[in-house]
Amino acid sequence: MNKYIERISNGIIKENPTFVLMLGMCPTLAVTISAANGLGMGLTTAVVLIMSNFLISLLRNIIPDRVRIPAYIVVVATLVTVVQLLLQAYIPALYETLGLYIPLIVVNCIILGRAESYASQNSIGLSAFDGLGMGLGFTLGLTAIGVFREFIGSGKIFGANIMPASYEPISILVLAPGAFFVLAMLTACQNKFKLRSATNGSGNKEESGCGAGCASCTSNCMPIQEPEQEIDKSKK
Amino acid sequence: MKELLVILISSALVNNVVLSQFLGLCPFLGVSKRVETATGMGAAVIFVITIASACTSLIYSFILTPLKLEYLQTIVFILVIAALVQFVELALKKITPDLYSALGVYLPLITTNCAVLGVALINVQKEYGFISSVVNGFGTAAGFTIAIIIMAGIREKIEFNDVPEAFKGSPIVLITAGLMAIAFFGFSGLL
Repeated sequence: MNKYIERISNGIIKENPTFVLMLGMCPTLAVTISAANGLGMGLTTAVVLIMSNFLISLLRNIIPDRVRIPAYIVVVATLVTVVQLLLQAYIPALYETLGLYIPLIVVNCIILGRAESYASQNSIGLSAFDGLGMGLGFTLGLTAIGVFREFIGSGKIFGANIMPASYEPISILVLAPGAFFVLAMLTACQNKFKLRSATNGSGNKEESGCGAGCASCTSNCMPIQEPEQEIDKSKK
Repeated sequence: MKELLVILISSALVNNVVLSQFLGLCPFLGVSKRVETATGMGAAVIFVITIASACTSLIYSFILTPLKLEYLQTIVFILVIAALVQFVELALKKITPDLYSALGVYLPLITTNCAVLGVALINVQKEYGFISSVVNGFGTAAGFTIAIIIMAGIREKIEFNDVPEAFKGSPIVLITAGLMAIAFFGFSGLL
């Protein structure tokens, strides 16, 4: 039982996808204009992540090694379509606000990253709990950033006014540039206090062509397209 | 003609794919260290996104819509894009080895670029026809290229500046991106 709890705490604290691994930055920046959006996006991703980890772990001995990444993509894309249709039917308000970013969960680095690095090697139960932990960690990260941006940018939290009427909201934080500034401050703080994070080199050791934002994303996804010797040839 | 121009300007500048829609952030932050590589990445993105929007638009209107399979769009598009990138790579290698050696390294990175899938989905969402889709794809990719080249130019200069210790590396890059996003707000007056 301890192993399962360890998976969850690993996802929320030790390898938090938003704050430590710095994965899935596109949705993180795009949807966190309010706490509710962050929470909705986080939970949607968590559901997909749990199901994809479960299915991929279930199929890990059936999928041939060579075509594993395309197979994972098909599994994830199918699950995302299912979730998208469910949201459209039952929570249309969330579907409207998240819009384009729901189908784009398919290309979220976290999901393929976990499939490749965890679910393809571990048992079904552990993989599902890993998905749950990572999903909750992502939800927590998005909600925290959403609360911060909504609070400073419009003086509300989850849509409820909590600041006095005289408070002048710094509305740049809920606009596009604000997303970059908030993330910049976050990574600067992590650098300052030497916290574990992909940006200061102590969190995710894998460095690849794609740098900080998605270090493990490319290293995971690169083999889909081309064996490495091909790339070497082109360099020569 | 006027409509196409509006689509082009709005996708390239007003709704810049990186700075206002947050798609394709990974290469934007990762491959923008030098102007040369940024240009290569930008060219590869223009190439792939334009072809991908043409293909996905054709597939959507001539295969998925007649068969009433629109709900499969995400699955079909991602597979088409992955296959297409591979195909483009093989074709380039065979036909124009020069272009291949210039773009080759960047092509595999592009499947993971959410901008490609994003553009295909936006084309469907906005109900663009074939030509509008291609123009929108080209415009979006051009916007990406503009943003990544400007970013690379600024980053080359930043290297000579005295950045505070905590802001070295990605924080200063993100702040630069934020300032660029503010600057790009200026374009919203264009339309």
